[in-house]
Amino acid sequence: MKVGIDLGSRTVKAVLWHNDEIISHQITESSFDPHRQALAFLDQYPSAAVVATGYGRHLLQQHRPLNVITEIKAHAIGARHLFAECRTILDVGGQDSKVILLDESGRVSSFQMNDKCAAGTGRFLEMMSVSLGYELEEFGRAAAETDEGTAINSMCAVFAESEVVSLKNRGVPPSVIARSVHLAVAGRLAAMVSKSGYGDHLFFCGGVANNQTLVKLLEIQLGVPVRVPPNPSITGALGAALHPIRL
Amino acid sequence: MSEPFKIKSDPELWEKLGMDVSRFSGMPPMLTTAYTNIFLSQKNRPSEMAYFDNMIENIHTGRIHEIMAVKETGKPVIGTFCVYVPEELIVAAGGICVGLCGGAQGSIADAEKILPRNICPMVKSAFGFKIGKICPYFQAVDLVYGETTCDAKKKTWELLDRYVPTHVMEIPQMKRERDKKLWVEEVKDFKAAVDKISGTETEFDDIAGAIKTINAKRAALQRLNNLRHFNPSPISGRDMLLIEQIAFYDEPVRFTEKVHALCNELDKRIKDGVAVAPASTPRILVSGTPMALPNWKLHNIIESSGAIVVNEESCIGTRYYKDLIDEGSTSVDQQLERLTERYMKIDCSCFTPNDERIDQVIKEYEESGAQGIIDYCLQFCHTYNIEAVKLREACEQRGIPFMAIESDYSPDDVGQLQTRVEAFIEQIQG
Ligand code: SF4
Ligand code: SF4
Repeated sequence: MKVGIDLGSRTVKAVLWHNDEIISHQITESSFDPHRQALAFLDQYPSAAVVATGYGRHLLQQHRPLNVITEIKAHAIGARHLFAECRTILDVGGQDSKVILLDESGRVSSFQMNDKCAAGTGRFLEMMSVSLGYELEEFGRAAAETDEGTAINSMCAVFAESEVVSLKNRGVPPSVIARSVHLAVAGRLAAMVSKSGYGDHLFFCGGVANNQTLVKLLEIQLGVPVRVPPNPSITGALGAALHPIRL
Repeated sequence: MSEPFKIKSDPELWEKLGMDVSRFSGMPPMLTTAYTNIFLSQKNRPSEMAYFDNMIENIHTGRIHEIMAVKETGKPVIGTFCVYVPEELIVAAGGICVGLCGGAQGSIADAEKILPRNICPMVKSAFGFKIGKICPYFQAVDLVYGETTCDAKKKTWELLDRYVPTHVMEIPQMKRERDKKLWVEEVKDFKAAVDKISGTETEFDDIAGAIKTINAKRAALQRLNNLRHFNPSPISGRDMLLIEQIAFYDEPVRFTEKVHALCNELDKRIKDGVAVAPASTPRILVSGTPMALPNWKLHNIIESSGAIVVNEESCIGTRYYKDLIDEGSTSVDQQLERLTERYMKIDCSCFTPNDERIDQVIKEYEESGAQGIIDYCLQFCHTYNIEAVKLREACEQRGIPFMAIESDYSPDDVGQLQTRVEAFIEQIQG
């Protein structure tokens, strides 16, 4: 029995793997100390071998013997398991986004992470939905209701928020603003993917990949099919569970 | 038992130098802690590192006393910010050249009271040290000799001149014959400015002696860098970086001797199979912008993540010592020309085109037995940042693992850098 656990900035994801399949998974809010959430999950399976990933991995390691791998490697393994031909991964989580390129055999050949800023992350979408008064799920659906969109010029979360406010004040319908925000984020992510280079597909995972509107916009902007696994948030945890243990 | 490591304080000396003593007093204890954690915690360091530890203990005291003693005899003490400013001509006049580049976060806020925030942290840090009166070296210099390499520096000199006399050497941006002519003229002006301080003109023998001294210093660093390339590594990347940093303020003859003493020890280590890390440790070459004291951020992250740095392609690194000056000149004019030719070989990204640097990085990659390159760019350094595009292409063509990072001195991005570096190490290990 193996557990892969991904201690992200917003959520802790855990996957229990046994006999070549996912037995169960769990997603909880990170709260103040994500490693406690993780330890609580692990306590249910005291004999499981554990591989941790995500930004809290080293902290967890101080509390329990386990292996650590980076999010990059975890996503590479997870994505490859879910989609055997995968060569380009886009992972967008709560506070960062990354593009990972794999070679034919599935090894990481290069990767890119966004720098120190909320633009193009789940956090950005969240902030914008809050300022428009949408629930996160509604936000994506609202954006799909219209074909209209205007340019959001600033990708700095702080400035973009004031742009959104001034659009609202000008009477622009919220669905149009929602679509505009989605267009801007998709543009930002597409630019990041294009800079790394991509082949004939994109594998899109992380919590933000649950947003269908964003998936469609990315497909349009990149001109290739964007594949999203059934449960995109747990790709990293799954990859960790699949990683061989060395203790 | 020897005393525990402690960076020394000398409020009386600092007072005399016109420093903000109460504020600066916090610096030595802070640096003592950082140094102890980053350097003294390393296992199995070469014993000859003791000299360099001692140089750090005396960084704000003993070495300053030495510099002031020279200054009192009327010899020039000149601060520089770039390896294009020829220290040989200062040494020829019996003076001291100190690198003033800033590598600390602590003075950035001072600088940002005046300078824009979105410029290179090295420039901000240095400028902040001067206006906050919190760097004894800055207080000790007669004048600063800046240059026109990058925009951030070039325009900062105009402001720095309000606090300390600041001269500027025009460094061309291309390397054609006409650029060389200009450059030689600039070198002559520099010599005149140096000579003016001491009131005597340096002559052929003075210059020949200084060229020998600095050549010897650079050759010692070359020897050290060759030894450190051995796998398993006889010395850590952190210690090597430290020595490369100390090269910018230590007395050159003594420094050269101590580097050779360390080399002898490393020679012996290699014969006896003594190393600081097993041969299987992932080996990383760091290229790019300089890391001024006390900027140890990236090396510390890399080496705490289980890899070792085996080469610095940097101005605080090989760009400083890879080339020597031809010693066969027969006249002062010829000396200055040979000197200029040597300086023209430095391959800074401020030049265009600068393809020789790409070749040089690849060459050092091969010589050092590295397994991957991390290109380090200080935030807002446009020339290195853009040049990284070509470096990446060259690495891709050759299948060399490559990662570019952009960072400043703040601790904010340490977590993210750690993840990147670890992922890069995983990538190397396959
Ligand atoms: S990087 Fe360029 S400008 Fe900076 S010290 Fe080196 S040579 Fe001078
Ligand atoms: S690192 Fe770049 S921006 Fe900073 S001083 Fe050197 S050349 Fe200028």
